[in-house]
Amino acid sequence: MQQQTTNTDFEVRSLDAMCVNDEEVKTPGWHNIKYLIMGAVFGIVLIKSEVISWYRIQEMFRLQSFHMFGVIGSAVAVGALSVFLIKKLKIKSINGEAIILPEKSFNKGQIYGGLLFGFGWAMTGACPGPLFAQLGYGATTIVVTIAMAIIGTWVYGKFREQLPH
Amino acid sequence: MNIIEWIKQPWPWYVAGPIIGLMVPALLIFGNKTFGISSSLRHVCAACVPAKIPFFQYDWKKEIWNLFFVFGIFLGGILTALYFQDDASVVVNENLVNELSGYGITEINGLIPEQLFGWSQVGTLRGIILMVFGGFLVGFGTRYAGGCTSGHAIMGLSNLQLPSLIATISFMAGGFIMANLILPYILAL
Repeated sequence: MQQQTTNTDFEVRSLDAMCVNDEEVKTPGWHNIKYLIMGAVFGIVLIKSEVISWYRIQEMFRLQSFHMFGVIGSAVAVGALSVFLIKKLKIKSINGEAIILPEKSFNKGQIYGGLLFGFGWAMTGACPGPLFAQLGYGATTIVVTIAMAIIGTWVYGKFREQLPH
Repeated sequence: MNIIEWIKQPWPWYVAGPIIGLMVPALLIFGNKTFGISSSLRHVCAACVPAKIPFFQYDWKKEIWNLFFVFGIFLGGILTALYFQDDASVVVNENLVNELSGYGITEINGLIPEQLFGWSQVGTLRGIILMVFGGFLVGFGTRYAGGCTSGHAIMGLSNLQLPSLIATISFMAGGFIMANLILPYILAL
């Protein structure tokens, strides 16, 4: 029975919670501090490279600047090389676990949802990561945007079955 | 130039991009986690208002690392504001400056135009469309697509996933359509 529950949970999470690879090793709660630190580094980079700038996003979508294409392109290049090396060298996590990356399957939601997110990205000038950085950086009205993004997520969950996928 | 001075100036893409890319192996190696931000919004729903919706019936506590990561981004914002802020004015493409001035957006400073996203704008039609409706689309769209710029464009493409390429092309197409064809009407309000 326990197994059954775990499996259903995995199914639901793997629908699209990005992270489905579970750590079997139990780590104490304070270990989560490492994610806090990595997040802080990410936040600082997003701001100092002006990725959180509404202007940079507008320039990207108007092809007026190479900056954002450079950021995303070089991030993907470094990310892809890293993933290649991790797979090739069978690098394990610091807890000694094998790193297995889940394969994504196609559904039409990636197109419909992708277009809708693209609209929101150009309007707010921010994707989810930058929203949190903007708020921390002092743009207090962004609480409205973040609250609406949470509501948007909830509404999607509510009407998921009725939407074409 | 000391290190703090160097950090304060705007970083070029070839410095920022690779550091962002390194988030992918850092999360994999230090925690066996895949990079992705928008899922955090889902975990908030699952934790706060699951409302018996199947999509929110999962053990969100297993994903708590993602909430720590997101809170870290917020803290990174505060740290930058406190210690690494630079006083130089932002450089914005001349065509964009001209276009914006046509909509009465003349104060080009900071990273986010106060004339669009200030508190005085929250009650205006333009502000509501940009912040309220725009925010809704970010949350709804990312979940519908199964990820955002981090989960699909960076993590997914790094792992050579075709669905992520399709999603990324859709993000960009949506952004191009909005910025060039629809946003001008919104900004003119």
